[in-house]
Amino acid sequence: MTTLNGTIGSRVGVRPRAVIVGIVAVLGTAVISVLTLGTGEFPIPPADVVRTLFGQGTPAQDFIVNELRLPRMITAILVGMALAAGGAVFQSLVRNPLGSPDILGITNGAGTAALTVVILGGSSTQLSLAAVAGGLGAALLIQLIGGRHGLHGYRFILVGIGLAAIFTGISGYLLTRGVQMENARAMLWLTGSLDGRDWQQAGPLLGVLAVTLPILLLACGPGLRILEMGDDAAAALGVPVRVLRTSALFVAALLVSCAAAAAGPVAFVALIAPHLAKRLTRAPGPNLVPSLAMGALLLVGADWIAQHAARPLPVGVVTGIVGGAYLVWLLTTERRAGRI
Amino acid sequence: MDQGLRTTAPVEPAVRRSSVRLIGFLISLAVLAAVLVLSIGFGARFLSPGDVWAGLTDPASQYYRIVHDMRLPRTLLGLMVGMALGLAGTIMQALTRNPLADPGLLGINAGASAGVASAAVFLGIGTFYGYIWFALLGAAVVTALVYAVGGGRSATPARLALAGAALNATLYSYVSAALLSDSQAIEKVRFWTAGSLASADFATVARLLPFFAAGLLIAIAAARPLNALSLGDDAARALGSRPAVIRTAVLVAVTLLCGGATAACGPIVFVGLLIPHMVRPITGPDLRWMLPYTAVLAPVLLLGADVLGRVLGSPGELQVGTVTAVLGGPLFLYLVRAAR
Repeated sequence: MTTLNGTIGSRVGVRPRAVIVGIVAVLGTAVISVLTLGTGEFPIPPADVVRTLFGQGTPAQDFIVNELRLPRMITAILVGMALAAGGAVFQSLVRNPLGSPDILGITNGAGTAALTVVILGGSSTQLSLAAVAGGLGAALLIQLIGGRHGLHGYRFILVGIGLAAIFTGISGYLLTRGVQMENARAMLWLTGSLDGRDWQQAGPLLGVLAVTLPILLLACGPGLRILEMGDDAAAALGVPVRVLRTSALFVAALLVSCAAAAAGPVAFVALIAPHLAKRLTRAPGPNLVPSLAMGALLLVGADWIAQHAARPLPVGVVTGIVGGAYLVWLLTTERRAGRI
Repeated sequence: MDQGLRTTAPVEPAVRRSSVRLIGFLISLAVLAAVLVLSIGFGARFLSPGDVWAGLTDPASQYYRIVHDMRLPRTLLGLMVGMALGLAGTIMQALTRNPLADPGLLGINAGASAGVASAAVFLGIGTFYGYIWFALLGAAVVTALVYAVGGGRSATPARLALAGAALNATLYSYVSAALLSDSQAIEKVRFWTAGSLASADFATVARLLPFFAAGLLIAIAAARPLNALSLGDDAARALGSRPAVIRTAVLVAVTLLCGGATAACGPIVFVGLLIPHMVRPITGPDLRWMLPYTAVLAPVLLLGADVLGRVLGSPGELQVGTVTAVLGGPLFLYLVRAAR
């Protein structure tokens, strides 16, 4: 009984814990961003970075921070947010903390399509478009194949895993087709990297987030929270289950593929950010707002680590390794608690 | 789900079943023989079955060198790898009582890949002789991990598949990270990571043989105890089996078979999943029949995929791992869809 009342009550009310988690994550993101903006060939102290961001720096600092490093930073934050939002929706849809778009084939679809463009020698605009098309195509396949008896649970997961394996096989083939230079580019892209990202990547992603986030937060969020109690219960409470599931799936796939188009399929952020957010807020539902902040924090943090490693790494390597360790821990504890 | 993809078959009259099994086995053997001939015959130059026979037996034949130096090792390797993957899948499915256990989907092959990629990047090892120990190590670690994390015998199909997919994703990002740091290594292993029989020679076959033979023997020896184990631990103990010993032995066999197969020709998915599913309706769940069937039909699938790859990809070739993923993936999706 408490779950029912609690869920409906929390549609209007805001949990203090979620607010605190969100604020701390945003502050953390801001602090790490300032530190990262000061990092590089020309180190700039944090105080100067902040001054420069508000337009009070020297021309040289202004150029380095606002022209060179800021666009990349913004891309990182936006990519983190998009991945986290997509992941939160997916985990909510499949009611499983492991049901992230990385594992269910969306990211792989985007990766395979983008890889095709790299091997064919396409431009970076074509690559981005292909990534978006690939991710949405994968979502469509999941919907078509897994959606016969309603889109949920194990069937969704298994179809996604099967698709991911197929895409991985095709990617392996594509990698054998390219010449050496293209392969290095393709591998770098597949790992996920922020190097050389600027407004060209940040701009479109910002546009997509500006359109989709209100939809997710206002239209889908409350419904998804109720949906976690089960499709039947949700339908009885007046949630249009089918429409909600399908639209949430495609919006989430769009977000994840746009993130992949901007920075490559950065591993595990979509899986970990919503999960961490949920664990910290202890609130039911997809926890979209805390997840967004957490995603930005994770990606910015991973970027900071990547830049401070013995030699600069692509950010996807850091999220992959950190994420892998977290995942094994997650699997073990969740299993013990009987939640997976 | 569990009712749909079940590991037990409906009971049928014993006499009819055993004659069906025998006839089916003979037909399977004939199909295997045909595929072997095709595999030796297909290539840059097509050899008729008569030419194949001459090339095999007559040192004076003009085809002797083609057959013995190029086609035969490749075919033998395909035969061994197919058997290894099929048997590993069968005993893994029996052990976990889980119809979705596949060495590829569970990440065991990816574990072997991670071992090989580490060897190639950090130690500069570029041959099968060097790979095999690292592949076995990687396979062993992942086998133990996925079995433990997935929940051992109590694992549900989806939980085990998720644990495997998660480990797969982790290892995949590790492999690409390791390869990114070294473009020489990318060149060395990119064909290998797609799963290919192309570089087979007799030395590889001879090197793989002891690991394969050991795994095969354990698998055969485990057939009867695993049958007993399928009745539950207590019943198995009453029948004189020791469940802990059997489990360890099966995990060792899976490691040997998958590690060896992956070291020889890269990660290949779906062979270990599909063949037991095709075999089970004919044989029923009795492993003493399933294992011989698998040993015959799994190479048919693998060599068939290899031949198809050579035909479709000519003048080059499609890697066998790609073909099995693209052929096997839809079959997997079909199984998932058909399950209720």
